[in-house]
Amino acid sequence: MNTLSLLPGPPALMVPLLLVLLVVLLYVGRRQAHNAVRAASRAIADALRLASRSILQAEERVQQRNREVLLASGAEAAEQELEREFQRVEAAVQRDLQNYPALHRNMADMVLKLDEDYQKSADAPPTPPEWIQAVTAISELPKVDDSLKASILQEIKRAVETQHTQAMDEYRKQSQERHSLLQKMMPHWRKLRRNLTSVDKQITNLTTRAQAIDKQITEYEAMRSAPEQAVARLTSSSLTQFVIAGLVMVIAVGGAMINFNLIALPMSEMVGGGSYIGSFKTSDVAALVIILVEIAMGLFLMEALRITRLFPLIAGLDDRQRIRLAWVAFSILFLLAGVESALAFMRDQIAADLAALRQTLAGAEAVTDGGASLIPMVGQMVLGFILPFALTFIAIPLESFVQSGRTLLGLLLTSVLRAVAVIFRISGYVALQLGKFINGVYDLLIFPLLWVEEKVHNRPVTVPAAEEVKPEEVVPKGKGAKA
Amino acid sequence: MKRLIFGLLLAAPLVFGCADSTSHSRAVVLLIDTSGTYTGEIQKAQAIANYLLATLQPGDSLAIARIDTGSFSEKDIIQKITFDGRPSASSQQKRAFKEKLDNFVKTVKPSGYTDITGGMIQAVDYLTETGAGKRTIFVFSDMEEELAKGYVRDFPLEMNGCEVVALNVPNLRKDIMDPRKYKNRLQEWEKRVVDGGGEFRVVNDLDRLERLLGS
Repeated sequence: MNTLSLLPGPPALMVPLLLVLLVVLLYVGRRQAHNAVRAASRAIADALRLASRSILQAEERVQQRNREVLLASGAEAAEQELEREFQRVEAAVQRDLQNYPALHRNMADMVLKLDEDYQKSADAPPTPPEWIQAVTAISELPKVDDSLKASILQEIKRAVETQHTQAMDEYRKQSQERHSLLQKMMPHWRKLRRNLTSVDKQITNLTTRAQAIDKQITEYEAMRSAPEQAVARLTSSSLTQFVIAGLVMVIAVGGAMINFNLIALPMSEMVGGGSYIGSFKTSDVAALVIILVEIAMGLFLMEALRITRLFPLIAGLDDRQRIRLAWVAFSILFLLAGVESALAFMRDQIAADLAALRQTLAGAEAVTDGGASLIPMVGQMVLGFILPFALTFIAIPLESFVQSGRTLLGLLLTSVLRAVAVIFRISGYVALQLGKFINGVYDLLIFPLLWVEEKVHNRPVTVPAAEEVKPEEVVPKGKGAKA
Repeated sequence: MKRLIFGLLLAAPLVFGCADSTSHSRAVVLLIDTSGTYTGEIQKAQAIANYLLATLQPGDSLAIARIDTGSFSEKDIIQKITFDGRPSASSQQKRAFKEKLDNFVKTVKPSGYTDITGGMIQAVDYLTETGAGKRTIFVFSDMEEELAKGYVRDFPLEMNGCEVVALNVPNLRKDIMDPRKYKNRLQEWEKRVVDGGGEFRVVNDLDRLERLLGS
């Protein structure tokens, strides 16, 4: 039923009347309506601003936490690197310098020997001829016959020549001996040189290690002194690590899928092909469990070998227990690899049997091939044996993936929080402006009355002449009032 | 330790509660019409049976029965088997099955009447016994029922969710004269099967059988 029919009079007149009444009512309630709209929009805007501020604070906390985690992980990585460098130095010192006393003794002996040989090889000049003094003495004899003197001198000459020849022979002989001694010294010198070169290499190696340690320590100090730069660098490094680790993980998943296909069919021979767990074949689940157990053993093995650090409990074990754990994990892995190899063999047999059956059912004669089928069979067996060990190495990218994923997740979370805060802030502003807009629309509906009101307020005030205030009676305001 | 026990208790319903009770195995019955007009098509039926043998998985069930004068009889089941869960044993069973089927094809004799309803009832009973999740009856026949005197088959069928697939339904001489008879015959079967709680379809192109079994 039409509402207008309830009112007296024709509807054509009633509608404008009602509209006028509505406008008057809206005008009367204008202040309250404006206040209500303003309060509501202000409340919404304040609430959204508060929410935005809280989210920004949460974002700051998350960012701070990310920063701390990133710095801690960076410091841990640097410490690990330093520790490994020190271990290498220790190994180098133990390997190279533990023989140093023996080497030193060896070299000292060699030097002593060389010294002795050198002493022996010293050049001994022939003794000065004593016959010169004899000739001088004879020549100074005052009264001796010249012929006698000549004869004596002749004898002396002969004796001297003989002695000279003997002396020269002796000298040559001694020189030869010295030369032979010097020749014998050559290998000693070479050995000495080799030893010195080896020592030089070892020292150079140690110097290189020391330089690497220096570099690590410098980076570590930089991380402590300028954390912002370190955070930026570590973040970038984490993202790169995430991508690389993700890529390797995808490859590993591909390997795991091949492994799964290799053992799923023969597993149905063991657990039955018709049974299901949930909506999955039991044989598929069993094959998956074997692969997962292999991956778990690989993780334990890598952890026990201290290649990864995913489980602090394993890292905290004493060396004997840790090595024992590594052997246990390796043994289980070896057994599972053997089982997989056997399953791969069985798979080949089953596949050949099924192919023969299909041929028979299709009406063709079953073809039996001889040695040609050995290659794929052996290939499958080798693959079945190798893949579990290959999957062991998934632990390394997994560790990187988890660690860098934490950073990436933190970055994503901060980005999302920041975006939500901005949206809330904008929404608050929009709510505030919407309130103003609603008030404007409200005023637009009653603008005739507002116009009248404005005109009334702005009319000039006419003061009666009798009530005019004299200028001297006007009370001054402001500073001059007291004066 | 307490935490571990608590965790295991929490995980137990997740592991055991989510167990799927529905059977994932498939059971198939192939009814072969051996009436006089249709015996010539038996080679095709043999090919279909071989195809079923190649397609069915370990744990599935298969039965082959003939449609003759009185098909609601155990002796009309040529061979029935539930394949072993192990693929190797299942292959051996399939080979033995094929041999028996080959012998049947060689020695089959045409029957005077065609009791399709009796064969279907027999097939539904067998399929229900297997407890398989997916149950299918392949009827290799012209779907023209001819009953001997005294056989009563004009009662509703109870299909128990079985799917009936009529294979290779040829046009009979009377159908050529009046094609409506062919349509009416198939519609009548469809009505009986659907009213009994089953599904019905016709596959004349045997290449489509592959898609049908693959689904």
